Amino acid sequence: MFLNRILGSTVGIRTSTVLVICLLLLLLLPFLASLLGDPFLVDIASRILIYALVAVSLDLILGYGGMVSFGHGAFFGLGAYVVGILTHHSYEGTAITFLPGDWEGTTQAFIQWPLAMAVSGLLALMIGALSLRTSGVYFIMITLAFAQMLYFFMISIPTYGGEDGLNIWERSKIPLLDLYDSETFYYTCLVLLLLCLWGCKRLVKSRFGMVLQGCRQNEIRMKALGYPIYRYKLTAFVISGMIAGLAGALSANHTEFVGPGLMHWTRSGEIMVMVILGGMGSLFGAVLGSASLLMMEEVLSGLTEHWMVFLGPILVLVVLFARKGLYGLLIGKGADNG
Amino acid sequence: MLTIELFLEQSLNGLQQGVMLFLMAAGLTLVFGIMSLINLAHGSLYMIGAYVAASVTQASGSFIVGILAALGVVGITGMLLEYSVLRRLYNRDHLDQVLATFGMILFFNELVKILWGPQALFLSTPELLSGTLEFIPGAPYPSYRLFIIVAGLIVALLLRHLIINTRIGMLIRAGATHREMVGALGVDIDRLFTIVFGIGAMLAGLAGALAGPMLAIEVGMGEKILILIFVVIIIGGIGSVRGALVGALLVGMVDTYGRAFLPTIMRQMMEPSAADTVAASMSSVAIYVLMAAVLIWKPRGLFQAYGS
Repeated sequence: MFLNRILGSTVGIRTSTVLVICLLLLLLLPFLASLLGDPFLVDIASRILIYALVAVSLDLILGYGGMVSFGHGAFFGLGAYVVGILTHHSYEGTAITFLPGDWEGTTQAFIQWPLAMAVSGLLALMIGALSLRTSGVYFIMITLAFAQMLYFFMISIPTYGGEDGLNIWERSKIPLLDLYDSETFYYTCLVLLLLCLWGCKRLVKSRFGMVLQGCRQNEIRMKALGYPIYRYKLTAFVISGMIAGLAGALSANHTEFVGPGLMHWTRSGEIMVMVILGGMGSLFGAVLGSASLLMMEEVLSGLTEHWMVFLGPILVLVVLFARKGLYGLLIGKGADNG
Repeated sequence: MLTIELFLEQSLNGLQQGVMLFLMAAGLTLVFGIMSLINLAHGSLYMIGAYVAASVTQASGSFIVGILAALGVVGITGMLLEYSVLRRLYNRDHLDQVLATFGMILFFNELVKILWGPQALFLSTPELLSGTLEFIPGAPYPSYRLFIIVAGLIVALLLRHLIINTRIGMLIRAGATHREMVGALGVDIDRLFTIVFGIGAMLAGLAGALAGPMLAIEVGMGEKILILIFVVIIIGGIGSVRGALVGALLVGMVDTYGRAFLPTIMRQMMEPSAADTVAASMSSVAIYVLMAAVLIWKPRGLFQAYGS
């Protein structure tokens, strides 16, 4: 099947049906939205795609590498801040003081976005290098603490808005595209998400991905087989951080605002909830998780101001009773790492 | 300027912060060490303690009654939580525990907002303790803060006595190392765990009640302190109560000294406006740097827990 060739794996009929339906829905969404006369839907959908991107990045290390990073908001937020700071200086026409020379920033997406990925990747390299010395619950908490460190660090810098954050007066520029158009923006996000899903799928099926999954299942055995597992895990961590940085760059453009709230630990928690809700170790589950959590928020907050009173217990029930997440429910058996 | 008085005063502040952190950390680390449960909702129990203490104190006019009410309500809430949900999670992955207790945070934050409204509450210091004591010559110190230090140290001693000298403490230690064996010897492990969780919850409630007069009682106060607590128990070694005490005092001191002295030190090295920014960032990340340093040196924290 065509889909099999794309996914580079053999998937069952049920899986491919679900995936094709979801893909069609995503592709046609702007048309459906205009049919329903609710253009605001496209905006919500863009948000879903952006969070799906960061959830996929977390699933890569969480579901496949067994690294429970509770600080993914840091990479997401930093990516957003890179765009925010570059745009800020470009808009004000001031030099970036902490860099040598007198570069005044830019609004070109082809410079901003790769830079966001690079900076987030660098942060992931530093955090990962330290955190991966630990494991288990220590890893959860040290990643959490590093993210909080960055959060407080951003709050304490008044040049970039401190606690209030930065408004972004100009979205990134891509030649021939107008990112202010919500449909164009939506499709940009969609293309990036699909590319990332495809890339991650290839990655986890590769030799590298196999080693990574081996580390999750039995780290000691992988070590005994002679794999330098620290380097493998760190590489995966950095890749994950880079994708999260890209998602952050998109988010900055989407909300036209960056603030320390992007890095707050509850944000990292939300991203993790998306991955687990959707089903870990399936990549596509992360997309489902992001969609269902954000839609649940949207629907519940429309019904009552106190929607979190319902969302909280729903999460508890999901943990207790739906252990493979939504992807597991949709696909049925054999959903793990499919 | 750095004077002896200022230094002593800040040391007391650090001690006071450390003691508060210890009250929280002791419960969290016990629950982790014995049931291997990561409980993010520990901060929510602290928040509930603060709210209950404030409301009851205002209604009854007595801070003592407020504290007792907080202890009772939080203890019962904790045990109910343990009985209904958390005990199903002991044998699960840490990830499931994080997710479920994260859901509880959302629930409790919103519940508190419904019950008490979104505005922050303020609780005035009880009259008896609202003055200052001048036991360091030239530096009067608020007696309420001294009260917290003393109360916290008494609780620490009681906890030590409970764990080392009593039957239940013996069971707690035994349960941490040889859970199945304790069960096989006829001890009701489930009930033991509920009690341990209740003790941890009450300590969190006590911390919340005591913190009430010093800060704004608001939704989200639990999460703020929760992260600090994590830093504390990671530094101390997860599961070790002694580690929690050492970690709490270290974090309290480093945090307080950082905030108090870094601006002065930085100003001698650079111009004032830049110095303030740098000092603010440095002091807000100081404890995380401390944690990173400890973990690089000892990846499992300073003290080993009973179990491991």
